[in-house]
Amino acid sequence: MVRGSSLPISIRQLTKRYGDTHALDHVDLDIRSGEFLTLLGPSGSGKTTLLTVLAGFTRPDSGSLKFGETEVICTPPHQRDVGMVFQNYALFPHMTVAGNVAFPLKLRGVKRDESARRVEQALEMVRLGGFGARSIDQLSGGQRQRVALARAMVFEPRIMLMDEPLSALDKQLREHMQIELRQLHDQLGMTTVYVTHDQREALTISDRIAVINGGRVMQLDAPRTIYERPANRFVAEFIGESTFVPVTVARGAVSFGGRTLQTSPVGATHGADGPRLLMLRPERLQVLGPGPTEGLNLFDAQLNAVVYQGDSSLLQMSLADGTAVGVRCASFGDSASARLEPGARVTLGLAPRDTVLLPAEAAA
Amino acid sequence: MIDRPAPTGGEEPPNARALQRSETWERRRLLGLVSPALLLVTILMLLPVGWLFYLSALSDSGSFSLEHYRRLWEQPSYARTFRTTFEVSALTTGICVLLGYPLAYFLSELPKRAANLCMIAVLLPLWTSMLVRTYAWLVLLQRRGLINSWGQQLGWWDEPLALVHNLTGTLVGTVHVMLPFLVMPLYAAMCAIDRDLLKAAANLGASPVQSFWRVFFPLSLPGLTTGALIVFILCLGFYITPAVLGGGKVIMVSTRIASDIELFFNWGAASALGVVLLVLTMALIVAASRLLRLDGVMRGRAA
Repeated sequence: MVRGSSLPISIRQLTKRYGDTHALDHVDLDIRSGEFLTLLGPSGSGKTTLLTVLAGFTRPDSGSLKFGETEVICTPPHQRDVGMVFQNYALFPHMTVAGNVAFPLKLRGVKRDESARRVEQALEMVRLGGFGARSIDQLSGGQRQRVALARAMVFEPRIMLMDEPLSALDKQLREHMQIELRQLHDQLGMTTVYVTHDQREALTISDRIAVINGGRVMQLDAPRTIYERPANRFVAEFIGESTFVPVTVARGAVSFGGRTLQTSPVGATHGADGPRLLMLRPERLQVLGPGPTEGLNLFDAQLNAVVYQGDSSLLQMSLADGTAVGVRCASFGDSASARLEPGARVTLGLAPRDTVLLPAEAAA
Repeated sequence: MIDRPAPTGGEEPPNARALQRSETWERRRLLGLVSPALLLVTILMLLPVGWLFYLSALSDSGSFSLEHYRRLWEQPSYARTFRTTFEVSALTTGICVLLGYPLAYFLSELPKRAANLCMIAVLLPLWTSMLVRTYAWLVLLQRRGLINSWGQQLGWWDEPLALVHNLTGTLVGTVHVMLPFLVMPLYAAMCAIDRDLLKAAANLGASPVQSFWRVFFPLSLPGLTTGALIVFILCLGFYITPAVLGGGKVIMVSTRIASDIELFFNWGAASALGVVLLVLTMALIVAASRLLRLDGVMRGRAA
C-alpha cells in the first residue's frame, strides 16, 4: 500500500441538540490534510457525537461539513468514503478475517484476484499476514483491533475515523498499538480523526489535540502547547495534574506570598488587571536546596506527607496561604523525598516559563 | 478429571482430600436439582414412547410382526396423509416466515418499551385456548361467516368463497397459531445483532439494501432457522386446528391417528403411524442440525 492522498476537513457552526443539552454547540474546526487530530474530552463532552457526524451516522441540527471542497453534511454514510475503526471493532462475525477485509472491496466491484492481493497486503500491514482464513472468534482482542484497522484502510480512504479503538485493550498492548497506529498513519498519510478520553494517549499519538467539553472546542493545539499552555482551567485540569492558586494582576504585575512572580508571556495571562489562576504542575515544582535560586519564582511551603509511587514520589505540601500542592520528585537516591521529614519547611522553585496564569473564571 | 501430580515425599498437600470431597458433594447437589426433571422425562416421555413402539410391533392377534408398517407402506392413503402433512407444514412454515420476518424486524427496531408492548400483543394468542381460537376462525371463515357476508355485501364477490374445510382454512388457522413460535426466536436473534455492524457496513460502502442482505440477514439466519424448524415440527403433529378447520378434507397424520383409534380401535396402526412420524421428525432435526449447526443456534451464538 502506498502513501495515498488525503483531504482536509472543515467544520462550521455544527450544532446538535438532544433535548435541552447541546451535544455540539456551534463547533468550528479545521482539520488539516494528512494530520492526526485527536478529539479529547470527558464522556458526554460531545467528542463521539462529532465523530459520528463526520461518519454520517448522526444527523446534526445545522452546520456545514466539508471534506476538501465538497459539502457532505447530507451525504449518507455509505457514500462518504471514509474509513472508520469502531470502539468494539464491529467485525462481521459470519465472515472470515479475509472476508471482513474484502467487504469494502467487494462493494466497490474490485476484481477477485486484485481484491485478494490488496486484502493480503492490508493484513500484512497490520502484521496479520496469513490470518485471512481464520474466523473472528479465533482472534485475540489485539488481533481483532488490527483486522478492524486493515478493513478500514484497505479501500484507501482519504479520511480515517477512530472511535476509542484501543480502549478495550490492556495497558501494555494499548501503549504498543498507539505507536503502531501512529507509524501506520505516517506511512499512509490519510487525515485521521481520533477520539479518546485518555489524555496520555492523546499526547502520545496526535499532531494536534482538540479538547472538547460541553459540545464546544475548548482548545485546539499541539500536544506540548495543550499541556504547557492550557487555555483555561478545564483544559489544565483535564490534562495532567495541577493545583490552582487564585492570584491578582495589579498594574501589570502579579505577586504571591509577598514575592513578585515572573510569568510566562502568554496572551491570556497578561493584559488587564484582575483576578487570575496560577497553575502549579507537581512535576514542574522543585524543592530547592541551599544552592543558587536566581531566575526562579519562589514559594514557601511545608511538607505534610511523602507518598511513594514507585517511579516517583509525591510530596504533599501546603503553601503559605494553606493551599495544598503536590510536588513530584525522584523516588531514588538523595532526592528530597528521602531527605525530608513531614513538618519540614522548604522553599519551592518554579521556572518563569512554567509559571502560567489562567483566566480566573473557568469557561464551563 | 484432573490429573494430579503423584505425591512426592510422605506428606499429603494440606486439605487436598477435604477439597476433593466438597467438590464431589457440589456435583451431587447439582445432580439432585436435575433429578425431578429427569424423573418426569422418564415417566412422561420415555415410557409412553416405548409403549408406542411395543404396540406398533404387535399384530392384531397379539404376536410380534411388522404388519402395521407393511400396511403403511402398501396403502396409498397413508402416503397421501404423509404428503398432506408435510405439505401443510411446509406451507405454514413458509407463510410464517414471510409474515414473521418483517414483523420481528419491526419489533427489533422499536425502542425497548414499545417492543415489549408489541411482543405482548404477539404472544397474547398463546394465552387463549387454542380450541376457542380455532372455532373463532370457523365463525369468521364459514360459508355464512363474517368474511363471506361482508365480502358479498360490499360486492367483492357474489358466491360465498370456500374458506374453510379445505387447505385454505387449515393454513389460516395453523399460521395464526404458529406465528409466535417463529417470531420469538427470530426477534431474540435480531435483538442480539450488534447495530454497530450495520453502521460498519454502511461506513464501508454498503447501501441499506446491501447491508441488510450481506450483514443483517445472514446474522438473523440462525434465529430464522430455529423458528422455522420449531414451526415445521409443531405442524407435523398438529391436531386440533387441522381437524376443525380442515373439516375432514385435509387429513394429516394426527387426524389419521385419532380416527384410527376412535373409529377403528386400531391401536397398532395408530402406534405405527406415530412411530413413523416420530422417526421422520427426529431425522429432520438431525439433518437440520447437521446442516445449520443447530447447537450453536440454540445457544444464541455470541456475535
